[in-house]
Amino acid sequence: MVLHQMLRWSVWIFRASPGWWRTTYTFGASVGQQRWPSFAWVMSSPLAFRSSYSTVPHIPSVMLTSERYSVQRLPFSMVSEEDLASFECIIPGRVITDPEELEVANVDWLRSVRGCSKVLLKPRTTEEVSCILRHCHQRNLAVNPQGGNTGLVGGSVPVFDEIILSTALMNQVISFHDVSGILVCQAGCVLEELNHYVQDRGFIMPLDLGAKGSCHIGGNVATNAGGVRFLRYGSLRGTVLGLEVVLADGTVLDCLTSLRKDNTGYDLKQLFIGSEGTLGVITAVSILCPPRPKAVNVAFLGCPGFAEVLQVFSTCKGMLGEILSAFEFMDAECMQLVGQHLHLTRPVRESPFYVLVETSGSSADHDMEKLDGFLEQALGSGLVTDGTVGTDQSKVQALWALRERITEALSHDGYVFKYDVSIPVERFYDLVTDLRTRLGPRVKHVVGYGHLGDGNLHLNVTAEAFSASLLAALEPYVYTWTAAQQGSVSAEHGLGFKKKDVLGYSKTPAAVQLMWQLKALLDPRGLLNPYKTLPAHL
Amino acid sequence: MAELRALVAVKRVIDFAVKIRVKPDKTGVVTDGVKHSMNPFCEIAVEEAVRLKEKKLVKEIIAVSCGPVQCQETIRTALAMGADRGIHVEVPAAEAERMGPLQVARVLAKLAEREKVDLVLLGKQAIDDDCNQTGQMTAGLLDWPQGTFASQVTLEGDKLKVEREIDGGLETLRLKLPAVVTADLRLNEPRYATLPNIMKAKKKKVEVIKAGDLGVDMSSKLTVVSVEDPPQRVAGVKVENTEDLVAKLKEIGRI
Repeated sequence: MVLHQMLRWSVWIFRASPGWWRTTYTFGASVGQQRWPSFAWVMSSPLAFRSSYSTVPHIPSVMLTSERYSVQRLPFSMVSEEDLASFECIIPGRVITDPEELEVANVDWLRSVRGCSKVLLKPRTTEEVSCILRHCHQRNLAVNPQGGNTGLVGGSVPVFDEIILSTALMNQVISFHDVSGILVCQAGCVLEELNHYVQDRGFIMPLDLGAKGSCHIGGNVATNAGGVRFLRYGSLRGTVLGLEVVLADGTVLDCLTSLRKDNTGYDLKQLFIGSEGTLGVITAVSILCPPRPKAVNVAFLGCPGFAEVLQVFSTCKGMLGEILSAFEFMDAECMQLVGQHLHLTRPVRESPFYVLVETSGSSADHDMEKLDGFLEQALGSGLVTDGTVGTDQSKVQALWALRERITEALSHDGYVFKYDVSIPVERFYDLVTDLRTRLGPRVKHVVGYGHLGDGNLHLNVTAEAFSASLLAALEPYVYTWTAAQQGSVSAEHGLGFKKKDVLGYSKTPAAVQLMWQLKALLDPRGLLNPYKTLPAHL
Repeated sequence: MAELRALVAVKRVIDFAVKIRVKPDKTGVVTDGVKHSMNPFCEIAVEEAVRLKEKKLVKEIIAVSCGPVQCQETIRTALAMGADRGIHVEVPAAEAERMGPLQVARVLAKLAEREKVDLVLLGKQAIDDDCNQTGQMTAGLLDWPQGTFASQVTLEGDKLKVEREIDGGLETLRLKLPAVVTADLRLNEPRYATLPNIMKAKKKKVEVIKAGDLGVDMSSKLTVVSVEDPPQRVAGVKVENTEDLVAKLKEIGRI
């Protein structure tokens, strides 16, 4: 496996560019800037750091995926001058062949994979997408649909010279029904902008994630994104009411209903949700938005042990019930890292574990009463040794930052091995402690944090540098451990390019076989996002 | 060690992160159902008082707020940060809208005398009206020295050394106590109120009184004529080259 080669190069990139993570956090910065227009007097807030990440530091270029990994180009056609002329007819002025623009679209957010596509297309309408795909189907040209390019598994950029089909210009809201809260929009709308749009009308988007300033709703649906509101509003599989998809041969599949209930035949949209662009290109989304909560509270608690964390979770569910909207946890190492690398102040006494609880409801008094009751109970029974409540927006932001910026802090610590697994919540921390024992002093930190409320652990291991032996100690140990718990080796990030071969740890051969049959049915030529999601069909 | 008593004034304002909307009748901004919290500069003032108490320089901290019943939440926050007791000067909501720095200063001056405090701490200005007057007026009414825009406060015997942020740089004053100090941004970073303190704060005493009981005249000679949105920013115009730029500038009469 050429995996170790890839990772060795990543070390060079990580080390040579100490500030590179800052660019990635401009996504978070855009959130901050949008909310606080008069920034002049807020200087000491740690979040002021986010907004200062506007300059792109000089970053050495990323190694081509085709050179790092042992992957062979499939026999698709190459893009010719005639193809470019045809595209120019379909979308005049929006066929990009400029190398600088392409460079950005060829590299992923984590700067870990890079393709060599020579063409970037920016359609505005579904009709244009249909014409493009029809042409590519006739000519046997591979296509890589691309939204905000914020995925973490290398699924959003080409592996070779696949044509990049960007939804960047498909950013129109089609309709919004302000009684039902049903939003219909094109796939290229940025999540944060949609959030602002519906917020002005008294609703919120049912999902929220760190990349909201850049990710497109089409991409969110294609990856079945989770995020921090998952606990409260559920999966996109429930909130997406309809999709408009263009299939590999250019057929437009209009399933864009705005109906809550429609049991007429097989639910085709479920096939495309989470399909990572391999079964069709999503061009429009109809999504149900929940009403905007009038009262949001955030409590940050310190717990003496993981058993207490679980009990706090049960207590939360019991006492906060329907107002609970987020339950995240992090361990002491995470807190130490955000303090060391990002200088974020620890708001409570030092504890082995920290929990962030968010409530959202329609009555501030009612919620505060429930929250007070819960906090008294938790403190009184010793489940929580210390805690604080965000009294105003800036404190709320600061408390969320402690959780949201862990990824950033980790990248400053050294080379990061990243895992995102779903395992039974009682065994969450066992994986972290097992790994610590197993890896010993070879690594700097083994940390666990994540959406405890959803059973989703983000496991990260930092080391001074990449090492093949370290990788061998981690994989497939982490995957087999997860499989032993009947867990998922990719809880919310998806498979993309980097995890397509480990799908077997969480799905039976029969299941994978059926996935291949569906792929063959919908995309017989394999033109849509090749080399991704499913392992090579033998 | 001096055993001083401090009065900290806190104001309940619309949370700074909230998008402000002007009421359709242009009489003010929408406050119903909008998130309110303690004015950030007042928070810094409370934090300074608590730090002085931790250094055993201040014996008792009294948190004061003027306004409708919701102000008690703001006082509770101050209590959770470390204030000892609170005073809520109750002003009905309608009157509270007309209440300005002069009225509040009158109240604070009366309370400072009644409670025999040595130090009155306030935020430099409120983020809703940006008046930056209450501290100065209070000092004037009490005839006490004032150190405004404080970025550092130190007690030296019976005098207060205040470092102020002014346009030209930093100015250091030595004030005789009793004095009024208003807090600027860099004075300190307010602490998080910890859970045990939040619980304790519920049991701390908050006295409710009316402005009339203090014998304070709450009348105002000012009326708000109208409140409007600032003019919409007009989109910029992109030009291709310098000839176009010159032509456009001539067009709008700039050259």
